[in-house]
Amino acid sequence: MPTRVSIFVTCLVDQLFPKVGIAMASVLERLGYSIEFREDQTCCGQPAFNSGFREEARTVARHFLDVFDDAEYIVLPSGSCTAMCGHHFAELFRDDEAMLHRVHAMEPRIWEFSRFLLEVAKTEDVGASFPAKVTYHDSCHALRELGIKQGPRRLLHHVRGLELVEMDTAEECCGFGGTFSVKFAELSGAMARTKVESIRRTGAAAVVSIDSSCLMQIEGAMRREGLAVKALHLAEVLAGGAA
Amino acid sequence: MKEITAIQPQLHPALANTRLQLAIYTATGRLVDKRKSTVDADSLPDYQELRTQANDIKRHAIDHLDHYLELFERNVEANGGKVIWCRDGKEVVDFLLTLAKQRKSKILVKSKSMTTEEIHLNDHLEEHGLEPVETDLGEYILQLAHEKPYHIVAPALHMTRYEVADLFEEKLQLKREEVPEKQTQIARGILREKFLEADIGVSGANFLVADSGAVVLVENEGNARLSTTAPKVHVAVAGIEKVIPRAQDLATFLKLLGRSGTGQQLTVYTSFLSGPRRKGEIDGPEEFYVVLLDNGRTKVLQDADKRQALFCIRCGACLNICPVYRRIGGHNYPWVYSGPIGAILTPQFKGLDKDPWLPHASSLCGACGEVCPVKIEIPRLLLELRADIEQAKAAKGEDKSEKLGFQAWAKLMSSPQLYRAASAAGSWVLQDMGDGGWSSKLPFFMNLGPAKGWLSARDMPLPPGESFRQLWRNRRKQDGTQAQPAQTQPSRAGKTSQGRQPE
Repeated sequence: MPTRVSIFVTCLVDQLFPKVGIAMASVLERLGYSIEFREDQTCCGQPAFNSGFREEARTVARHFLDVFDDAEYIVLPSGSCTAMCGHHFAELFRDDEAMLHRVHAMEPRIWEFSRFLLEVAKTEDVGASFPAKVTYHDSCHALRELGIKQGPRRLLHHVRGLELVEMDTAEECCGFGGTFSVKFAELSGAMARTKVESIRRTGAAAVVSIDSSCLMQIEGAMRREGLAVKALHLAEVLAGGAA
Repeated sequence: MKEITAIQPQLHPALANTRLQLAIYTATGRLVDKRKSTVDADSLPDYQELRTQANDIKRHAIDHLDHYLELFERNVEANGGKVIWCRDGKEVVDFLLTLAKQRKSKILVKSKSMTTEEIHLNDHLEEHGLEPVETDLGEYILQLAHEKPYHIVAPALHMTRYEVADLFEEKLQLKREEVPEKQTQIARGILREKFLEADIGVSGANFLVADSGAVVLVENEGNARLSTTAPKVHVAVAGIEKVIPRAQDLATFLKLLGRSGTGQQLTVYTSFLSGPRRKGEIDGPEEFYVVLLDNGRTKVLQDADKRQALFCIRCGACLNICPVYRRIGGHNYPWVYSGPIGAILTPQFKGLDKDPWLPHASSLCGACGEVCPVKIEIPRLLLELRADIEQAKAAKGEDKSEKLGFQAWAKLMSSPQLYRAASAAGSWVLQDMGDGGWSSKLPFFMNLGPAKGWLSARDMPLPPGESFRQLWRNRRKQDGTQAQPAQTQPSRAGKTSQGRQPE
């Protein structure tokens, strides 16, 4: 079993939701991993890539590769950033053979957190307890670019006291979409409200996801719509009630 | 009242219309559910293989378009029909005007065709004193209402039966009728007369089969079959990308088209039209024409990657599943093709500078790519088009603000020192402004740009007192492991810090 795991906490978690990063590290530590946090890490470059600014995205992606080139396992609390590094870096550097080589060498070492637990740590039960009714939001990039659907649910299933209820729009986008959320704010807000109403109908006390960006959108909209439901990253749930 | 900050303010009326929102969401939702139930593992175990096959066939056909179009033409002629090559809509109109003049006909019955919508055929024919009559119920309603199709497959998706009742009452001067079945009877009665009067029937084409020279049409109302067989002349108007190599390829496409579009295993009618009536046959037109329309398609063909947008078989599945289409509806798209497929077709046909906002109007959720029966990589093409658009803007020196913003951002994100400094400054400014880490408004001098956009629709999280890297350092200090960040391994980018050892 490998002992060292390098975590890329993502810029969003670093700046706005640091507890998610701490929770992820705690869960991994509990499973026996040694965690390293490379302090020079920043962002994966996705905001520029998605906005059509590829040169700027390449600059940031190159920095990411410099920081993590020699890491054995890179674990991320985000499906979206994992898809960026694991799938879209190759598109960014398609005309640069040397960089493409580095990208392909890194791709198999990039792991979304829940998938790392299941496929590398081979653990479904991390010993967490979280006595509440929760619902799970499938973040789009995790679902459609990484094919992550049942994994997080399996992890939740093993959490003591947790009851998982499905919402009717689990697979429907929350409306975040990066800069889309501010360029098309009204449209993004309308999408978020559908999600909020769907969460409301479940009667859950918390909505759980594996992407803090979706959770930011959902919690922002829930607060605006007056719905007192918690928005939690899977890592926060799995870190809960640790013995 | 929430402030409107969308860069496309014309989207606001649709977004603010809650009745319309619910109507579109419900109608498309029904199609989504029906599709799902006909392509799931129980109903169609080889669905994914069929999609791959469909993609292979379309790719092959588009890669060898010249060959298959010529083969198609030879076979149409062998069947006694004629192929008319048209560069644009004007050439189609000219052909039909000449034809109508020669045949001394005034009325043309039409079955549903997006290609003729693309060239505004009805308007042009009417300008010249002809009377085109749409015979698909949805299209007939829209023709009365003078509207363009709201949806590729369900053109009048946005209209309620009450609105149809209003329309029929006003335009047809009949007693008000709110029951959909009765409304259908009314239209049917009127249209039957038109079928008998018309000398020319105009249809689109779902597929052009190269090896047999056949035009294939799928539909549910029977009006396409009537339009193409009752009048003396049948003219099918089709984009050149509709050609497929072999009749047997239909086994793949027909399984996918009905399921993806309306959740039907097959549509009610599937017509194979190959040439005019032959000796001894009791029905069919006396003359058979296939108009092959370019109208920008050869330009799209020049991009070997993005031309996969031409694989589209117009099922509408991407519209139905799209959270953007389901909010803004079909009339907010600049061209006749709406939804995700419209967002990748329009810039390629009309140019990148025409509606540069369109490929950006997507959260990139990827649902469209997942349901596309011919596996067009719509989400990836949206990203490619965004890059093309920004590159074109930069080349022209237009609208530099976002480019400059991202340049500064890239500098920040590739310099750990700058990043840390900006992060510290940001959290110092913002941390005390919220209630419990979230804010519903910012002071006016900060309520600008992206922050303003965000706050127009939802609350905003504020940076907590400490970023992750600060929490991490504190945590390590408490653990008493190492006081200073240590080099764990040689790293190109320098500093790394090691966490706790396993317990």
